[in-house]
Amino acid sequence: MANSVKGRQVFINGIFKENPIFRLVLGTCPTLAVTTVARNGLGMGLAATFVLVGSNIVISLLRSIIPDKVRIPAFITVIAGFVTIVQLALKAWLPVLDKELGIFIPLIVVNCIILARAEMFASRNGVMRSALDGIGMGIGFTLALLVMGSIREILGNGTWFDIPILNGVIDPVTLAILPPGGFLVFGLLMGGFGKLIARLDLPSGKDEPGCSCAGCGDKDGCPAAKGEADR
Amino acid sequence: MREFLVVMVGAILVDNFVLSKFLGICPFLGVSKKLNTALGMSGAVIFVMVVSAAVTWPIYNNILVPRGLAYLQTLVFILVIAALVQFVETILKRFMPPLYKALGIYLPLITTNCAVLGVTLLNIDKGYSFIMSVVNSIGAGLGFMLALVIFSGVREKIENCDIPKNMKGLPIALVAAGLVSLAFFGFKGLFT
Repeated sequence: MANSVKGRQVFINGIFKENPIFRLVLGTCPTLAVTTVARNGLGMGLAATFVLVGSNIVISLLRSIIPDKVRIPAFITVIAGFVTIVQLALKAWLPVLDKELGIFIPLIVVNCIILARAEMFASRNGVMRSALDGIGMGIGFTLALLVMGSIREILGNGTWFDIPILNGVIDPVTLAILPPGGFLVFGLLMGGFGKLIARLDLPSGKDEPGCSCAGCGDKDGCPAAKGEADR
Repeated sequence: MREFLVVMVGAILVDNFVLSKFLGICPFLGVSKKLNTALGMSGAVIFVMVVSAAVTWPIYNNILVPRGLAYLQTLVFILVIAALVQFVETILKRFMPPLYKALGIYLPLITTNCAVLGVTLLNIDKGYSFIMSVVNSIGAGLGFMLALVIFSGVREKIENCDIPKNMKGLPIALVAAGLVSLAFFGFKGLFT
């Protein structure tokens, strides 16, 4: 991303054109696992947003100090620090949510979105822009999780944020909250989102969503990505 | 012996890491296009999973817990895994070049594979003993391999299908993954 891109655009990018879930296809594990109900999706999104903004700011501040060779371990340490903060905060104030999200809270550490933004954006941009990028990406992530969670909860349970919606008009399709339903809803939504982007004629970064390697920040240095390109 | 078997088979079929626990989805979608890359990746994952479970369990129970540092779990585990992956890579490169050639390119990706960190955290969460943790990791790894191998077969078939433009690539792969996951859902009642 060139430095000429304006702050507002950096922010909007994360929500539509480079939506981390539907366009960059990063962080798919929590997307599928926690979105059985809308509330968990929202909680996970906000937790990840906090980590994303925090680590983006710190890494941007430290970008001239961190030696290039050990930058990935250094980034992971910063991110793990913020994840531990979230973990302790949730345990103290929202024990129910903490229990439902389970190991997916500590797993924010290995969420590719956060490391990818650290590597692709925060380590090359100023503090303000990195924070904006974090907020935009975080909102894009949260919105995607919220949409997924809402669809699955309404279809599978007939409720939205625990409020009965369907009221027996149609029987809940339990499949939607089971693991297979997660894959199905995600696949259909991603296809729909691609169509929406094409319809709105937003120039997109890529023609079609790539695999996780294509969106990864380390794709130039990572031998696995090269292997993938060769095939 | 029986309980080891239950944990092992449970981790492979009933609570399959990829298809029912949603751990390791990125490599599942990323390297499942061809059978041999799927095998290479899962071989590397099994290896790293077992070694990291064997290393993190003593660190947690003998170092972190007695000193009241259990809250550092996440931070320590991820650093241990990252260091371990680097270490395994160096060892393989030096002493087992053929194996390094087969697994080498997948190793760097494994640090951020949530299945590896996930299995070490789950072992602690469930309060497994050391041996049980290792058994569970082997099962989780084999389950990962099974899912990848089955799915690579499905994907090779998808390649030849006529698919609506917007569903091409990952969206249709996810829908197919949903169907494979549905098949695995049939194992749910195996132990109850």
